[in-house]
Amino acid sequence: MILEDVRARLQAEIPGCQVDLVVNGSPSAQNSLLIDRQHGLEAARLLRGLELDYCSNVTAVDWPERVQTDKIKSKQVVDGVEKEIEQTVKTTIPGYLEVVYHLFSMSKKEGPVVVRMRTGNRTDDVTLPSLTPVWRSAEFQEREAFDLYGIVFDGHPDLRRILMWEGFTDYPMRRDYVPPPDDDLEALGER
Amino acid sequence: MGPQHPSTHGVFRMDVRLDGERVMRLKPVFGYLHRNHEKIAETASYLAAIPYTDRLDYLCSMTNNWGYALAVEKLAGLTVPERAEYIRVIVGELTRLQNHAGMVGFLLQDMGASGTPLMYAFRERERVLDLFESLSGARMMCNYMRFGGVRVDCSAEWLSEAAKLVAGFGSFLDEFEKLLTGNEILMARTQGVGVLPRELAINAGVTGPGLRASGVNYDVRKVDRYGIYERFEFRVPLGEHGDVFDRYMMRVLEMRETLKILEQALRDIPAGPIMDPKARLRGLRPKVGEAYGRIESPKGELGFYLISDGTPNPYRYRVRPPSLINLTVLEDMCLGHNIADVVVILGSIDIVMGEVDR
Repeated sequence: MILEDVRARLQAEIPGCQVDLVVNGSPSAQNSLLIDRQHGLEAARLLRGLELDYCSNVTAVDWPERVQTDKIKSKQVVDGVEKEIEQTVKTTIPGYLEVVYHLFSMSKKEGPVVVRMRTGNRTDDVTLPSLTPVWRSAEFQEREAFDLYGIVFDGHPDLRRILMWEGFTDYPMRRDYVPPPDDDLEALGER
Repeated sequence: MGPQHPSTHGVFRMDVRLDGERVMRLKPVFGYLHRNHEKIAETASYLAAIPYTDRLDYLCSMTNNWGYALAVEKLAGLTVPERAEYIRVIVGELTRLQNHAGMVGFLLQDMGASGTPLMYAFRERERVLDLFESLSGARMMCNYMRFGGVRVDCSAEWLSEAAKLVAGFGSFLDEFEKLLTGNEILMARTQGVGVLPRELAINAGVTGPGLRASGVNYDVRKVDRYGIYERFEFRVPLGEHGDVFDRYMMRVLEMRETLKILEQALRDIPAGPIMDPKARLRGLRPKVGEAYGRIESPKGELGFYLISDGTPNPYRYRVRPPSLINLTVLEDMCLGHNIADVVVILGSIDIVMGEVDR
C-alpha cells in the first residue's frame, strides 16, 4: 500500500482534513502520515474501509519543547565581493504529545501504514479522538497511553489507569518525570 | 478472582460480576507486575535492553530477544549472516515447542487434570531448556541474540543433540494426543466454550494461535517472511469454531509444523560467521528515525517500536505485548459462561504476566 495514495484518498474524501507525510530517515524507511486531530476518527473509519482491518500497535511519544538549530547558507555581496555567509538560526519547537498507530491489512496481508496524531501541548490541551470505536485492539493500549503519558482519549469507552494504581497522579513515561523518593508513600498516591 | 488465584497464571485479577454461577460482567485488572520496562530501556543503551527483554514473556526469552534484535536491525540497517539466521530459527522454534507444550499442560491443569499432562509437558520442556543452557549458559533468561547475529556459535554436538530431541518429539506428541485429544472430559469442557467470532478477533487485534483458531489465516512468519522463513515448508493450521478446543488443537498442530521447520533448519544449516561485522554492539548510535519490527512469537505478534534521536539510548522504546492485547476479548468470550469456564478460557489465551504488565 503506497502511503501517497492513502494520503490522497484521505484528502479527497474528507473535506478539510490535513494530512502530512512524515519522512523517516532510518534505513527502515517506514514513513508515516500525520493526521489533524479534528478529523482523526473520520480518517480512521476511512482507513479501515481501505481494508486496514488490523490495528496492531498503539503507543504514545512525548516531545518536550526543544530548540532546533539550523545552519542556513546564503550569498551576500559585501564590499562588492560575493561571499557565502553561514547563519545559525534557532527555532523553538513547542512541546506536544503524539500517538502512533501501526495499521496492517489482514485480508490483503499488507502494512504497516503508520498514522500519527498530535496534541496541542503537553499541559491543558491533551485531548485526542479515541480510535477504539473503529479498532477494539486500541482499547487497552489507549488506556496505557492515558495512564503513562496523560493523553485524554475522547470517546474511549473505559478510560481509566491500567498499569499504575488508582490515585496515582503523575505520568511516568514522560521525559521530564521525576520519581518521588521510595519512602515517600504519600507522594506515590498511597492512602 | 485473583490476584493470588492459582489459575490466573501469575498475579492477575478479574473483577467478575456473577448471577449465580453465570458471568454477567468481567473486567481484567492489571499492573501487579508493572516495572515500567519501557522507561528502563529508554535510559539504557541499545545493547543493555536485551537482558530486560528476556523478562517480558519469561518462558520465551529467545523469541523476545529476536523481536528486539529485528527491530534494531531495521532501525540501524544491519544484516544477519546466514548461519545466525538458521540458529535463530532453531532456537525460536524450540521456544515455540516448549511454550505450546507447557501451555497445553497448564490448560489441562486448569481443567482439573491435576499433574499428569503438565508433568509430561514439563519433562519435554526440560530437554529444550537443557539445550538452551548448554548453548547460552541460562535455562530461561538466555540473553542470547544480538542485533546483527547471535552471541555464541553452536557446536556440531549441540546440533546433533537438538536433532535427537526433534526426532523424539513426534512420538511424545502422539502419546500426548492419545491421552488428551479424544478425551471425553476435555471435549465436554472445551467444545463450544469461549467462542471468539472471526470479525471480533481481527478487530480486537488478537494474534497468534488464538486468531488462527477463529479461522483467520495470518501468521507473521508467512506474511512478513522475516529472517529466512521463506525457505521452509510448513503449513499454518486453522480452526473452524474459534472455541477453546480449537485453540488447544492449534497448539498441538503448530508443534507438529514446528517440528517440520526444525528438521529442515537442522539439515540445511551452513557454516560461517554468526555476527554482522558492521554491527557495533557497544555504543550503537542509529541514525535519527524510527522502526517497527515484529515477529510471530508463541503468544502472537510481538512487536518492538523504536525511535532513535542519534544518541546511544533509544528515544522511545515500545513493546507491543501480544499477551495484553489478546486479553481485550476476555470479557466477550466469558459472558454467559460459568465461573469454572472463565478459568479454562483464560488458560486457552496463554498469557504471561511479565509481558502483560511490563
